[in-house]
Amino acid sequence: MVKNKKQPAVIKDLESIRAMIRRHKRNDLIFAAVGMFVIASLTITLLVLFLDLILDGYPRFTLDFFTNYPSRKPEIAGILSAWVGSSLVLLVTFFVAVPLGIAAGVYLEEYAKKNWTSDIIEINVSNLAGVPSIIYGLLALGLFVYAFGLGQSILSAGLTLALLMLPIVIVSTREAIRAIPIHIREAAYAVGATKWQVVYDHVIQYSYGGILTGVIIGMARAIGETAPIITIGALTFIAFLPPTPVTVDPPFLNFEWLSSGFTVLPIQMFNWISRPQHAFHINAAATGAIIIILTALMNGAAIKLRYNIRKKIKW
Amino acid sequence: MVMHKNKHNETIKAEAKNLNFFYADGTQALKGVTLPIYENKITALIGPSGCGKSTFLRSFNRMHDLYPGNKYEGEIILYPDNTNILSKKVDPIEVRMRISMVFQKPNPFPKSIFENVAYGLRVRGESNKRVLDDKVEEALKGASLWNEVKDRLEDLAFNLSGGQQQRLCIARALATDPEIMLFDEPTSALDPIATMNIEELMSELKKKLSILIVTHNMQQAARISDYTAYMYLGELVEHDDTNKIFTNPSKKETEDYITGKFG
Ligand SMILES: Nc1ncnc2c1ncn2[C@@H]1O[C@H](COP(=O)(O)OP(=O)(O)OP(=O)(O)O)[C@@H](O)[C@H]1O
Ligand SMILES: [Mg+2]
Repeated sequence: MVKNKKQPAVIKDLESIRAMIRRHKRNDLIFAAVGMFVIASLTITLLVLFLDLILDGYPRFTLDFFTNYPSRKPEIAGILSAWVGSSLVLLVTFFVAVPLGIAAGVYLEEYAKKNWTSDIIEINVSNLAGVPSIIYGLLALGLFVYAFGLGQSILSAGLTLALLMLPIVIVSTREAIRAIPIHIREAAYAVGATKWQVVYDHVIQYSYGGILTGVIIGMARAIGETAPIITIGALTFIAFLPPTPVTVDPPFLNFEWLSSGFTVLPIQMFNWISRPQHAFHINAAATGAIIIILTALMNGAAIKLRYNIRKKIKW
Repeated sequence: MVMHKNKHNETIKAEAKNLNFFYADGTQALKGVTLPIYENKITALIGPSGCGKSTFLRSFNRMHDLYPGNKYEGEIILYPDNTNILSKKVDPIEVRMRISMVFQKPNPFPKSIFENVAYGLRVRGESNKRVLDDKVEEALKGASLWNEVKDRLEDLAFNLSGGQQQRLCIARALATDPEIMLFDEPTSALDPIATMNIEELMSELKKKLSILIVTHNMQQAARISDYTAYMYLGELVEHDDTNKIFTNPSKKETEDYITGKFG
């Protein structure tokens, strides 16, 4: 009897606990639903835009489109000079931004004394990442094009995009370095390594995955940049290719292409959109789809890379 | 050359003299610690958490120099050359070349087993494959790990068990023929069998070098050490033969700590 009397109390208690759990779970459900809705609407918008581009540009996905120069006749116009230009500009960007960005990141993390100078640099670097790209264009116009006399060249454009990419590389380098646990660092110092040996044999080796991810994301951003390139005066209609960087004759490398005029994919696209004829809009759509595909491929590579390296180095 | 000996005619390998240590935030973690380390002996440091054992140990290879603002006062003299290893004129890297360290948590590099052991030699400029092979084998044997890994030297060190990783770290510290080895609670992350392996290893190692070990485990200190130092709140309370400390300590505080009345 005593037992029976106690039981209801226990059961009631349990009931209220269950009710509470149900209430809490309802919050989970609401949050998940809202999140799903937001993500779905974003993804769907993006997908619709992308599909629209593909459907519009579909007639121009031919080999000719990649091997033809732009032309007054939309049916035979192509993006040869634009994709070659984009590739060469990105080549310059890569070789400038990557070594400089990694060196700056390593210096800031490993060598710089923590004082007000490093604080100012710190704030500046984070700010740089948020500066609108047209500002970089203006800076580059004054600095590279006129002050350094580099002209409206591939070199100027590459350097401009390198400025844009630099903060991304610096920030990702620093983050990758910070992820290295302190006890690994101490282990290296404890056997008698100098600072440079620690940086070269350990810090860079263990952080290159993160750095590479930053580099790819930075490149993916640079490939679509239009404003700064227009500002420094990229040409919009180019029916020639820059001199080839690699030659059959010694010394095999040729740097004349650096000073050549050029155009890039987004500018070619912009140019075609601003034409009145509808046929050019098809070309623009095709170019847009190609830029999106390139960006997606690069970001995909970055994710895959990060995944692979995370699997190998776990602290 | 004057040899520094104690009453049992044992040679002093190193001696902390009136050592004070301040962390960057002003915390004084060591207060006038004076303690000899005898050659081919194991000296154990015991004391409650936060009393400064690690701080003291890490002074011996100038680990504190890695972080700005830390300050030493006093001396640690290394014999037979009478070098004050805390002197500003002595390069911390030179000190670390002579005194190696094994940490509490196994911390192998994310590299192969071979490269982990060879790293100290590479840092010293050794690149001859034959020499590296020999030294790595010798060190792994010294750390009684050779038989377990000889067929997979190229495997990632992370794939070893915790106890194996710790022995790998011992091999890494051993490969460079140190004069003194520092151990900071080297078995606290290990199971009893792995702990026993490492204790046996240390008794073997002391034939070649001098050992300073921090341990929380009183039985461990009693089992393996020749000398024991009891620290409390940054001060050295008592230092003597391990036997004496554990059977007949001269200070009340030491006795209380050892018998578990406190700490
Ligand atoms: N980086 C630091 N900055 C400031 N104070 C510190 C720092 N590291 C340790 N301390 C302080 O110095 C004192 C001694 O610390 P230490 O790590 O040497 O103790 P310990 O005896 O090794 O303790 P445990 O047995 O828990 O490892 C403690 O009071 C601790 O709070
Ligand atoms: Mg400690």
